[in-house]
Amino acid sequence: MRKCSLTNLDALLRTMADTATVYLPVDGSDGRAHFTKWEDGVKMSEALNTVRSAKDFFFPQTENLVDFKVEGKTIEVIDTREECEDFVIFGVRACDVRSFEILDRVFLADPVDTYYKNRREHGIIVSMACNKPSETCFCRTFGIDAAAPGGDIVCYKTEDALYLDALTEKGQALLAKLDALTEECDTAAADAQKDLIRDRLDKLPLNNLSADAFGGDKLDTFFNAPEWKELSATCLGCGTCTFVCPTCQCYDIKDFKTNKGVQRFRCWDSCMYSDFTKMAHGNNRNSQLERFRQRFMHKLVYFPANNEGIFGCVGCGRCLSRCPISMNIVKVMKKLGGNA
Amino acid sequence: MQKVTREILLAKAAELLSSGTVNRVLGWKAGEFTYDVTPALFTTAAELEKDFVYGPFSGANFSKYLVKETRRDEGKVLVFLKPCDTYSFNQLLTEHRFDRERVYAVGIPCDGMADIQRIKAQAGDGICGVDCDGDNLIVHTLYDGDKTLAMADCLAERCVNCKSKKHVAYDELIGETGEVIDSHRFDEVEKLEKMTEDERFAFWQNELSRCIRCNACRDVCPACTCEKCVFGNPESGVENKAIADSFEEKMFHVIRAFHVAGRCTDCGECSRVCPQNIPLHLLNRKFIRDIDNFYDEYQAGAEVGQRAPLVNYKLEDLEPSEAVERSCDHA
Repeated sequence: MRKCSLTNLDALLRTMADTATVYLPVDGSDGRAHFTKWEDGVKMSEALNTVRSAKDFFFPQTENLVDFKVEGKTIEVIDTREECEDFVIFGVRACDVRSFEILDRVFLADPVDTYYKNRREHGIIVSMACNKPSETCFCRTFGIDAAAPGGDIVCYKTEDALYLDALTEKGQALLAKLDALTEECDTAAADAQKDLIRDRLDKLPLNNLSADAFGGDKLDTFFNAPEWKELSATCLGCGTCTFVCPTCQCYDIKDFKTNKGVQRFRCWDSCMYSDFTKMAHGNNRNSQLERFRQRFMHKLVYFPANNEGIFGCVGCGRCLSRCPISMNIVKVMKKLGGNA
Repeated sequence: MQKVTREILLAKAAELLSSGTVNRVLGWKAGEFTYDVTPALFTTAAELEKDFVYGPFSGANFSKYLVKETRRDEGKVLVFLKPCDTYSFNQLLTEHRFDRERVYAVGIPCDGMADIQRIKAQAGDGICGVDCDGDNLIVHTLYDGDKTLAMADCLAERCVNCKSKKHVAYDELIGETGEVIDSHRFDEVEKLEKMTEDERFAFWQNELSRCIRCNACRDVCPACTCEKCVFGNPESGVENKAIADSFEEKMFHVIRAFHVAGRCTDCGECSRVCPQNIPLHLLNRKFIRDIDNFYDEYQAGAEVGQRAPLVNYKLEDLEPSEAVERSCDHA
């Protein structure tokens, strides 16, 4: 484990930025944290988490996939892909780190999504333990420990220092470049911080939320549950929950007609939208109840059914704080699980 | 003035349910942390007793839900309307968007609603509960114990700049109705008008660049009740779930502002629900102010059936070209 005095944090970030572009949570003019490129003078936010999740780095909201150039009767297919450069995402929370593993199961499974893979391979994740988890946090429900996040390097921040530990070879390589600004240390301070965080996690209001009632074999239990009607009754059908969610991974592919051809792009889609997965025969989910149910069944039943029981939620709490009607996966789990 | 409480509303709802006047109630349902109140339908007194809440976080405007609710052939629905909600209610009626006969509207006074973001800015993150104590809020925090905040410092922007305490629609009123207020709601618009074009462009560029096209502003807006939004229609050619480029995000919001111009009552729901904190209400207020300046004062939703200046013609109306000129002059 390495230790870096907080007075050297700027220098540490600068050294990192010399080797790769560094992104970190920064307070915006709206008073909320957003992942922002580090430059001299940019200060890391004290906020627990960013409004948008870190999934944007690997799965951006829009990206061009391929261009078609049309001339007469010939169509030229132009591969617009470029090899991504190395980049560091600094200050990623345990929930978002886990979300990458969930996205990997979708995009890196056969057939591999090479657009995603390109960015994923070049991204270095420096995680940060959560000193002050929020009331909306429930990562523990899904077996995530906010006191011991994953990533390539894990960091613990105390009053005066940052403690860094490499968890992967990528992380070791990056940490080695920071040798001049860090010193070797034992794990006592980081362990104390872990204990403090775990003590705080014990006291969170959602600490006892359980996902035991859900899982891949619960399709019949919940699909026709009468509770969906009440839960979805006032859903606006907007895409907020899906777009701030670190694990929502659905997208649409569309063609944009230019004068000389077509740009094929993909963009995030939302199962809350009325044209989601619309096909030639029409839409397979015609009511908001069906669309609403799709989102939560995907997280709590369909995803674990196809991924060795792993849930598609990481308990980051973004949907809790952003849903316009304050309906969210916690309320759904409590209601369906018989605890509301 | 009578202070409206949960108990008073509960008693009213129970009375209307038991008399058969209504068979369901649109109300606010308790959440996990006091502030996360959900609009909900209640059908029994027992359900209401268990989960109905009314307090500083009952900000949601229920008017738009009536479009969907009155299509269900199931008798009358009870809706509680704060003064600002009644303007949306009337505007929707003017546009023939819901069946008035299937609604029982109870007007309730309002002293302003709290904005959890303003509370968190003062009390920090980690808020497990909020209690009212006279003009103060007692905020229970995870890390700093209880904090006392003045309600006046926690009000939502739309409540700080409340335009009216008057109920313009109701079947029955609890407490008393108030007056239209000479508010400061155009102060921010004036600031924007005084900017240079470049400054103003930079302001909106910065704000709108955060848009994630979740469409929450559109979906909550009582003036946005098209059966199929052009931006949600794959056949329209402009449908987009995503930000195609930096122009597109501005286009969406500007087009939406034009579309609701003269119909927006300034209820402020768009800004309340924006996950990215974009002050969308300022776009609408600019239109409201221009309409006031060019065609005399007009408040959408003040009366049912009124003709909005933009869809009405009077001989003394100024020429469109003059409107553009004057708009640019003070802009």
